Amino acid sequence: MSTVTHTECLPASHPFHMVRPSPWPMVGAVSALVLALGLITMMHNHGPWLLITGVLLILVTMAGWWRDVIREAVVEAAHTLPVRHGLRVGVGLFILSEVMFFAAFFWAFFHSALLVSPSVSVWPPAGIQPLEPWGVPFLNTLILLSSGLTVNWAHHGVRADKRRVVVMALLATVALGGLFLFLQAYEYGHAAFAFHEGIYPSVFYMATGFHGFHVMVGVCFLSVTLGRAMRGQFTPDHHVGFEAAAWYWHFVDVVWLFLFVWIYWWGG
Amino acid sequence: MSAHAAEQDHRPAGWRRWLLSTNHKDIGTLYLVLSVTAGVVGAAISFLIRAELQQPGMQFLENQEQFYNVLVTAHGVIMVFFVVMPALIGGFGNWFVPLMIGAPDMAFPRLNNISFWLLAAALVLLVASANIDQGPGTGWTVYPPLSTSGHPGAGVDFAILALHLAGASSVLGAINFITTILNMRAPNLTMMRLPLFVWSMLLTSLLLVLAIPILAGALTMLLTDRNFGTTFFNPAGGGDPVFYQHLFWFFGHPEVYIMILPAFGIVSHVVATFSRKPIFGHKGMIYAMMAIAVIGFMVWAHHMFTVGMNVTGRVYFTAATLVIAVPTGVKIFSWIATLWGGSIQLRVPLLWALGFIFLFTVGGVTGVVLANGGLSVALHDSYYVVAHFHYVLSLGAVFAMFAGFYYWIGKMTGRPYPEGLGRLHFWLTFIGVNLTFFPMHFMGLAGMQRRVPDYPDAFAGWNQVASTGAWISVASVLVFLVVLWRIFSARERVAANPWGEGATTLEWTVPSPAPFHTFTHQPVIEASPAPHWLNDGA
Repeated sequence: MSTVTHTECLPASHPFHMVRPSPWPMVGAVSALVLALGLITMMHNHGPWLLITGVLLILVTMAGWWRDVIREAVVEAAHTLPVRHGLRVGVGLFILSEVMFFAAFFWAFFHSALLVSPSVSVWPPAGIQPLEPWGVPFLNTLILLSSGLTVNWAHHGVRADKRRVVVMALLATVALGGLFLFLQAYEYGHAAFAFHEGIYPSVFYMATGFHGFHVMVGVCFLSVTLGRAMRGQFTPDHHVGFEAAAWYWHFVDVVWLFLFVWIYWWGG
Repeated sequence: MSAHAAEQDHRPAGWRRWLLSTNHKDIGTLYLVLSVTAGVVGAAISFLIRAELQQPGMQFLENQEQFYNVLVTAHGVIMVFFVVMPALIGGFGNWFVPLMIGAPDMAFPRLNNISFWLLAAALVLLVASANIDQGPGTGWTVYPPLSTSGHPGAGVDFAILALHLAGASSVLGAINFITTILNMRAPNLTMMRLPLFVWSMLLTSLLLVLAIPILAGALTMLLTDRNFGTTFFNPAGGGDPVFYQHLFWFFGHPEVYIMILPAFGIVSHVVATFSRKPIFGHKGMIYAMMAIAVIGFMVWAHHMFTVGMNVTGRVYFTAATLVIAVPTGVKIFSWIATLWGGSIQLRVPLLWALGFIFLFTVGGVTGVVLANGGLSVALHDSYYVVAHFHYVLSLGAVFAMFAGFYYWIGKMTGRPYPEGLGRLHFWLTFIGVNLTFFPMHFMGLAGMQRRVPDYPDAFAGWNQVASTGAWISVASVLVFLVVLWRIFSARERVAANPWGEGATTLEWTVPSPAPFHTFTHQPVIEASPAPHWLNDGA
């Protein structure tokens, strides 16, 4: 074959990261199995303990796995330019899959609100008192939009190599995310409808609940990023972990804008 | 340091090699082992189904009609998620995408491994589901209300979570493939120069990333409807069971292309290799696969013509579905044009590929029939549909799996397959599956319903023929097991390229079996002339 040459006897010359064998994928899969079995036992009234075990195992897996990734990036300098590019592509694709996950719940909303079932005949269904969009939900919109600004502020700080700015801006972002979660929990506590009371609460809690869960994940992600920023692990041209957290946060932010406009405002 | 020593240095020993793997070839092998194991189980279930249907009346499932439907569900889910996808995507994709693009491994080797182990965990849940409470007698589609109020037991929850884990496995694997293909190609290996199997994996992975999360959403709503009192699919609470079908098929239709696109890729390589010609219309083949991938997202409701869809909807989904025949035709004709005037060696992989082209075309033609909203209303849930999707999948995708198996087994194991037994395996399978599935067209047109363990006496004759075909297929499975044994006990070894000048892609430039690490040096590909698998100077 004339167009290809092999020089296998020389040391490796490609820029990619050959990852060492790792226990975490296996441990993670077993944890997911425990989580699934725990969910089933909980749903069939056999207590939450297996579920809690599964969640804890998953958390252990995530901590160990990401500890390894951070070490490879910081200590071993394994993340070359092409590897960083690959990581960004991977994060982008993961967010794309998340967008499609939310698409399913928005589809549920529009299907129910536009093709209103004969058994409820109007949207919102009779007897449902939707939340006032211009109260706490609008406040939450402002909070999340502001947190999008602060995370961008942090990104500028990383680019300019100003650690103090990064730490301040990330602290503000985490605080705003926490405030959002607190207000969302408060709203849930004061809503006049429960999850099992028909199609409106089904769609409302499923869509906003999964969004709230993603906000919580984002807050955790940003907190880890904050800790790494404090240790000076980000440089102006090497901060993929930061970028992933910021992209994820923007994604969570945009989902909320759609939730606010369609489910709270137009659909309420 | 010699290449051999370098290879030994990095290979973990014993159980660590297989449980903690970060090597694309070992993980590919794990996927293939899972696929063959699940394939034997899935095939055994189909033989039980044919045994029950061999004669009118109940044979051995008297008063166990629910168990019949559990068998049907398990057969479908196992074949789709645990046989075809792990073989074509996890197995051959893992083995040969990095080799074909000159990459040292996949982009995210740990992610690659959790994709595999999540699938193994999903298989545990699925096998458990059939044995818990009354099992999932819902079919692989898990339609409510049969899957909600119709199945209060935990078996359906096991099946739903099995699908959830299998889906997570697929999405993570797909992200890995796309990143690998976009980011790790050897220099001068531009996108339009990529071999067709790599393109098929790229498009399949994109479909997975976009379609699987919709299934995850649908399954999550099913789970809360079952266990937390929501009413997404319950009309009494303002929900709609038809909405579940929309979600399911928005995933389910791309899913059939997820299974067949890698098969297209394999067949292209096998046909080109054994015709000793580059594939006819490399770019046209790429654009055809792209068209199939895009249109595949716009036709889902042709699975639902009987739900009371309005005429406009039926007209649109009929027309859009018929459009898919165009790029599919491009592919069929390009394979024939590649064979045309070629210096053909009728080796076992090409036999399977020719079988694929013929049988997939038959399934494609009945697909054009079923695309028509008017006809589909009459044929819905009949054996005509069963015949159609088995022609494209069990005779299409599975034939491509075997084409890939015989084509690449020398590269994976370094050992030759037995040519004569391979031919016997092909012909037994070809005769067996055609005897089983061709008569189903007649049964379906005559009105025989699927997912029912009994039927009127009028259908006895063709059912006897179909079951006879199944017993021939049993023999072919046994022959395949003998083939496996002969391969792994063979003393001979094969050359790096056992196929000669027709085999031009990069996997044939590395030794057989492929060393633990390959392309630790990126292969040098010239900007000009074009690689040998292209004929158009691209």
